Amino acid sequence: MSRSIIQIQHLTKVFPTSSGDLTALDDVSLDIQAGDIFGIIGLSGAGKSTLVRCMNLLERPTSGTILVDGRDLTTLSQRELRLARRDVTMIFQSFNLLMQRTCLQNVCFPMEIAGVSKARSRERAQALLARVGLADKADAYPIQLSGGQKQRVAIARALATDPKVLLCDEATSALDPTTTSSILSLLKELNQELGVTVVIITHQMSVIEEICSRVAILDGGVVAEQGDVQSIFSSPSTDAARRLVYPGGVRVEQVPPSSRAVRISFNGGTVYQPLIASLAIDCGVKVNILGADTRDISGHAFGTMLLSLPEDPNDAAKALSYIRSQPNITAEEVEYHA
Amino acid sequence: MLDIFTCAFWSEYGQLLLQGVRDTAVMTGVSTVFSYLLGLPLGVLLVLTADHGIRPCRAVNRCVGWVINIGRSLPFLILMIAIMDFTKLIVGTKLGVRGAVVPLVVSAAPFIARMVETALNEVDAGVVEAAQSMGASTFQIVWRVYLPEAMPSLILGGSISIITILAYTAIAGSVGAGGLGALAIQYGYQRNVPAMMLVTVVLLVVLVQILQSVFSRLSTRIDKRLK
Repeated sequence: MSRSIIQIQHLTKVFPTSSGDLTALDDVSLDIQAGDIFGIIGLSGAGKSTLVRCMNLLERPTSGTILVDGRDLTTLSQRELRLARRDVTMIFQSFNLLMQRTCLQNVCFPMEIAGVSKARSRERAQALLARVGLADKADAYPIQLSGGQKQRVAIARALATDPKVLLCDEATSALDPTTTSSILSLLKELNQELGVTVVIITHQMSVIEEICSRVAILDGGVVAEQGDVQSIFSSPSTDAARRLVYPGGVRVEQVPPSSRAVRISFNGGTVYQPLIASLAIDCGVKVNILGADTRDISGHAFGTMLLSLPEDPNDAAKALSYIRSQPNITAEEVEYHA
Repeated sequence: MLDIFTCAFWSEYGQLLLQGVRDTAVMTGVSTVFSYLLGLPLGVLLVLTADHGIRPCRAVNRCVGWVINIGRSLPFLILMIAIMDFTKLIVGTKLGVRGAVVPLVVSAAPFIARMVETALNEVDAGVVEAAQSMGASTFQIVWRVYLPEAMPSLILGGSISIITILAYTAIAGSVGAGGLGALAIQYGYQRNVPAMMLVTVVLLVVLVQILQSVFSRLSTRIDKRLK
């Protein structure tokens, strides 16, 4: 039985600006389970960074509550809040390491803040650096490290106070794809080893795909959708979700005139069925692929394909019923708009 | 001009010049220490209370800024004369090395506050935010983030401050303080000994060169971003 580690209820954040109030977050409610890897995705300006900064109260919400492990952060005193922040640590897009300190001293930093003895914190920092694969860089300065290495040091530093939640604010956005993958798999390992809940803020769908189990889609300061990554990927029900899941992907406007079109969705069949080929073989009906955007999420096929049905109404009906009879595939006929 | 190479010149003025260098060094050193004791906290206060600082407080920020601007808008010579009574109240005399330290500090502290403000503002806001996210207190952020991270820049600012104070001591020399400035005016100008003017100027130039290169080297050596 899982329990909530972060519960956000009716969170609203308004920034007063010279040209009127700007509502960055509008009545956001989220529930993040302990031990999850939770993704928050949205385009820039959607309010992601503001939302994640509310989770450790770097931003104080205009209204609403933020419960971390059952405690409402907004009611804590400054002192209590500083203690609570040791449980909800953070890594950043720009790493934010102390440039005048060695890697080891950087990892020691949060423990210095917390008043851990020097000997103990050095020992723990060594162990953490070893865990992120940088034992040999203990005495190096951040300037001597690559981006991926800097983020590893930042991760070690964020884990120093043994947090319950690790917030990742666009933590891989400044990294190349290979380094991104290695950082993401490190986060996944740490999540499994330590049980630390990971909250990932990103604008990259690929990041969500790779490690998140649940996702919330933030659009214009509002949670458009939240749920299992698989169900949201297979059937995004809002425009915001569709824009993110199929960026520049299949659109109805691409259907040529005078033909019927059908949008089929692959909802996670274990193997990628050769649907179009079997359609041609089993029914003798040929269809055109107008567009396709499919992806493999932990061994399951997800995505959509837009097919143009044959002009002959019988063939079209035959094809449609064949497609609908397949497991893990749903089909909806799409209207053509002139 | 050639008489600076004669024994007669040095036996007559050598002791005076030595004393002048000593007075200048003491005035500069003591004033720099006290100016930083005053200017450093003011600079930190300016950064913390700024609108985007970690403890924004517009009233305090504007007040401190205003006082600093007043201090900086008075030319040193005028300030020195204007606060003579205050100087006497603090150190008991308007004259000599002691009398010069008070106006030097009053004049340099606001300058140093701005210098410190600039140096601290160079610290990446993200690093400060990271420290906040770890639960660091304001004091811890100042002591463990702002000051160490800005140290190379603070040291370079220090060289500018100390050289400015050195220049001010020469001005103070014209109004009763000792030091090389006083020698240049009394002997080089009023008694018309051109060699004294030349020697004091050379000594001032050498002092500035030494200070600048020591501080620059120190700043480079401690800056871990340059490795």
